[in-house]
Amino acid sequence: MTAGPAGPIMALEGVARAFGGIRAVEDCSFDVRPGLITGLIGPNGAGKTTVFNLITGFLSADQGSIRLQGRELLGLAPHEVERLGVVRTFQHLRLWGKMTVLENVLLGCATPAGESVFSLFLRAGAVRAEEARARERAMEVLNFFGLTGHAGDFAEDLAYPEQKLLSMARIFATDAPVMLLDEPTSGLDGESLQRIVPMVRRLVDHGKTVLLIEHNMELISELSDQVVFLHQGRVLAAGAPAEITRDPALTEIYFGV
Amino acid sequence: MTAYLAHFLVMVGIYAILALSLNLLIGYSGIFSLAHAAIYGIGAYASALAALKLGVGFWGGMAIAAGVGAFASALVAIPSLRVAGDYYVVASFGLQVVMLAVFMNWTDLTNGHAGLPGIPRPKLFGWVIDQPFEYVFLAAAFAVLTWAICRRLTHSAFGRVLQAIRDDEIAAQAMGKNVVLVKIVIACISSALGAMAGSLYAHYITYINPSSFALHESIFIATLVILGGSERLAGPIVGAFVLLAIPEALKFLAIPDTVAAPMRQIIYGALLIIFMLVRPEGILGRARARAQ
Repeated sequence: MTAGPAGPIMALEGVARAFGGIRAVEDCSFDVRPGLITGLIGPNGAGKTTVFNLITGFLSADQGSIRLQGRELLGLAPHEVERLGVVRTFQHLRLWGKMTVLENVLLGCATPAGESVFSLFLRAGAVRAEEARARERAMEVLNFFGLTGHAGDFAEDLAYPEQKLLSMARIFATDAPVMLLDEPTSGLDGESLQRIVPMVRRLVDHGKTVLLIEHNMELISELSDQVVFLHQGRVLAAGAPAEITRDPALTEIYFGV
Repeated sequence: MTAYLAHFLVMVGIYAILALSLNLLIGYSGIFSLAHAAIYGIGAYASALAALKLGVGFWGGMAIAAGVGAFASALVAIPSLRVAGDYYVVASFGLQVVMLAVFMNWTDLTNGHAGLPGIPRPKLFGWVIDQPFEYVFLAAAFAVLTWAICRRLTHSAFGRVLQAIRDDEIAAQAMGKNVVLVKIVIACISSALGAMAGSLYAHYITYINPSSFALHESIFIATLVILGGSERLAGPIVGAFVLLAIPEALKFLAIPDTVAAPMRQIIYGALLIIFMLVRPEGILGRARARAQ
């Protein structure tokens, strides 16, 4: 593993999860370093999405520990994990299709007063000011992702590459420092890739730490600073993208040849 | 005739409150409840008993009704809304069945089938509201208040979260929304408002018995919401008006007395089916829903 300037922002240690007799993730340990893009790769069924679900509280682990800046994440509910600073996208996007693009992003913006029933009725002024700030922030985020022109469209009416951007925009709006992207490039053609790939890089430029799942071996060098290779739920190798992609043993596992 | 019209309008007001409050669950949160008549009954009994036994009057009774209604709802919501999906339909059905049994059988408190007579009329600054048209204003005021509360809740960040939960609960959780808590809160608010309708009813009719709060009443209130259109705030109000007006209008049809009652039922049922065929999204529903 390349030694970064700072210690890990997130660390998985000995994480395990079985479904019945199938060990989806076993003794999984790796670090996520701040300000870098870490790529999680491996063949189908390697346990990549399971790792995402374990980090974000959608699955409980059988053992191990996942620490975010020293705080244990295992055992927390998904919304608690988000509040501590880890957000995620989904492979199948899970946008709110019947809500507008702006509303999708607003749901990522912090609106504690507007979401509290008491302040809705008792602190109308604070709610109004907060909503105005949130809308301003949401428009900034949409601008950052090049979606300003779609603010009033229903999310389901966007083209697929724009939906992918929106799925990132709404979590970018949360201010959580760690972003987990589940296959940000899947289903995209060459032209759309030219929009998404630099965008992932820009996230890091804006102070985010990214952990992403990637299937495309050719893109992984472009997309990540360090790579964790997962196979049958275990970390087989970790290091610089070039080392991993050049390793014949790993390529053999990946392509099954 | 004016008294008849006044009675009709009071009942429209009460059902508008019931339908508006139920729509917070059905339309805005995607939670289907079959217990709204039970909540309505809890409100009516709590308010009546508080007025009769504690002498707190209408306003105190209504406050107690809202609190008891919210509490009863929380008892069911806390265990059942933790589980995603349609589990709440079954749990609310259970609440409906249990509460009806309580109204009928806890005779020391509810007087069973015989019901509770002599519930006092509301007083406002020493002025007794007992004329039918005065009660129209009271019912209308509460319907407007309920509408304003529902509007504030749904046109806000809170309303956005409700819709997000309704459309994709997992995405809402991933975005840091405490889905279970929000659902419990909205169930309690919906029930507090529904129980207030019960209080309004009890002090209007001045007599209540269990038959007003049975399962068919829950289904009727849900029908108001769906037929009126659950996507819009005004939908349930229109639903309440139309569904209460149809049976009244049918009374003016020249049907022989011997078959009048069953004929009215058949026409009423047929009209409901026609409505849902012609406008499945509800009278005030968005055309967009139909296009899909």
